[in-house]
Amino acid sequence: MRRVVVTGIGPVSPVGTGVERFWRALLEGTSGINRIQRFDTSDLPVRIAGEVLEFSPEDWLTPKEVKRTDRAVHFAVAASRLAWRDAGEPSVDPARTGVIISTGIGGLESLLKQHRVLMEKGPDRVSPFMVPMLMPNAAAGQVAMAFGFTGPNTCITTACAAGSHAVGEAFRLIKYGLADACIAGGTEASVLPLTIAGFAQMQALTRNPDPERASRPFDKARNGFVLSEGAGALVLEEAERAVARGVRIYAEVAGYGASADAHHITAPEPEGLGAIQALQACLAEAGEPPEAVDYVNAHGTSTPLNDAAETKAIKKALGDHAYRTPVSSTKSMTGHMLGAAGAIEAGIAALAVAEGVVPPTTNYETPDEDCDLDYVPNESRRVDVRFALSNAFGFGGHNAVVGLRRWSA
Amino acid sequence: MEITEIQERVSKILAENLSVPEEKVTPEARFQEDLDADSLDLVEAVLALEEEFGVSIPEEEMEGVRTVGQAAQLVASKLEPSTQA
Repeated sequence: MRRVVVTGIGPVSPVGTGVERFWRALLEGTSGINRIQRFDTSDLPVRIAGEVLEFSPEDWLTPKEVKRTDRAVHFAVAASRLAWRDAGEPSVDPARTGVIISTGIGGLESLLKQHRVLMEKGPDRVSPFMVPMLMPNAAAGQVAMAFGFTGPNTCITTACAAGSHAVGEAFRLIKYGLADACIAGGTEASVLPLTIAGFAQMQALTRNPDPERASRPFDKARNGFVLSEGAGALVLEEAERAVARGVRIYAEVAGYGASADAHHITAPEPEGLGAIQALQACLAEAGEPPEAVDYVNAHGTSTPLNDAAETKAIKKALGDHAYRTPVSSTKSMTGHMLGAAGAIEAGIAALAVAEGVVPPTTNYETPDEDCDLDYVPNESRRVDVRFALSNAFGFGGHNAVVGLRRWSA
Repeated sequence: MEITEIQERVSKILAENLSVPEEKVTPEARFQEDLDADSLDLVEAVLALEEEFGVSIPEEEMEGVRTVGQAAQLVASKLEPSTQA
């Protein structure tokens, strides 16, 4: 059976762009949440978010491409180029190289801008670029164009699990011989007044006005997530090729589990049944017992429902070993990057395997009886991580778990 | 409005819209070959010209337009039919 490894990581995030800055920020417990800078928030119920500031799309795309693509595509191309560079720019057969770039929402900012043009100036003024700018799959197409990769190319839109599905499905493309390498990632650029309003109406966003303390996964005082933006991309390669070219291997993608709650369109199944099924499927594919899990990068959104249901799921899937397993939610620092989250967090799990250190859950102050695991409170920790899991659960009831293992031939 | 002034303003708008240096946008410059503009680029460029000059340029009138100079002539004809080439 072909094996698959992670050789490149490209984060574009509120806590930093590029793997070194990103990883250092997470280990230091740095928050990427701030008062929203990009638009006026005076009418909005929530005024904080994780924005990617200090980002110049011109560093990654030509001026013309920048104008004709949405911010979500800018992030995706930047993340992909960073990941590819991090992987040492392998020489590949373009026809055997795939791209899966997921998103939760797509080019919403472009859609809204053109809707305003339609309302104010009429249909004759709507941009001919509106459709290619708003479509969720634009990023996957643009990344393929940026590199000339003609292998399998898709976009998976499973809300907050989308990035994780991208990594898992790309892993399968390589494992089953449909591609030799893939760029797999997720992107999201939906920090906008409309999404703030919509998520706030669902009571999904925290009303905590203190940016750095608002995202507090697993803490008793948690009361919602913090919306954020960015992209994450991984370079996945068939293991023998990676070994042959002598590149650094972060981790092996050992397993992937996907399932549906089939319960409610937004609320998690309260016992975590769908998540348990995905966790067990991931362990089964990896051929690892629950006791082998050394770290879980949790979905941990900081909503009351998710964190309680996820805790139950981890306990059910790992049994007593759950209490001995460090579980952290880096959304405490990055906020919730929706469709990008799963990809960026699979990268974090791979980094934990490679570096032997796990990032903390910040803002963890008051234990909650429903969340009684070791959440690595506030300080990163040295842990010999041989095998790690990355969880992602999305509205729609989508669950995806990716398993990352230290590479050993 | 003089045709030279129209030409200048057309070139400036097109340079901005097509993300090319203004010196490349000469009257002889061909949209596709010299300015790397595809059909969608042209639609958007025409929208920008319509906005700038307050004119309406129906799609079918753009059909024979291959160069920047031809586009400027078309705009001029909309502004003042007598200057039509």
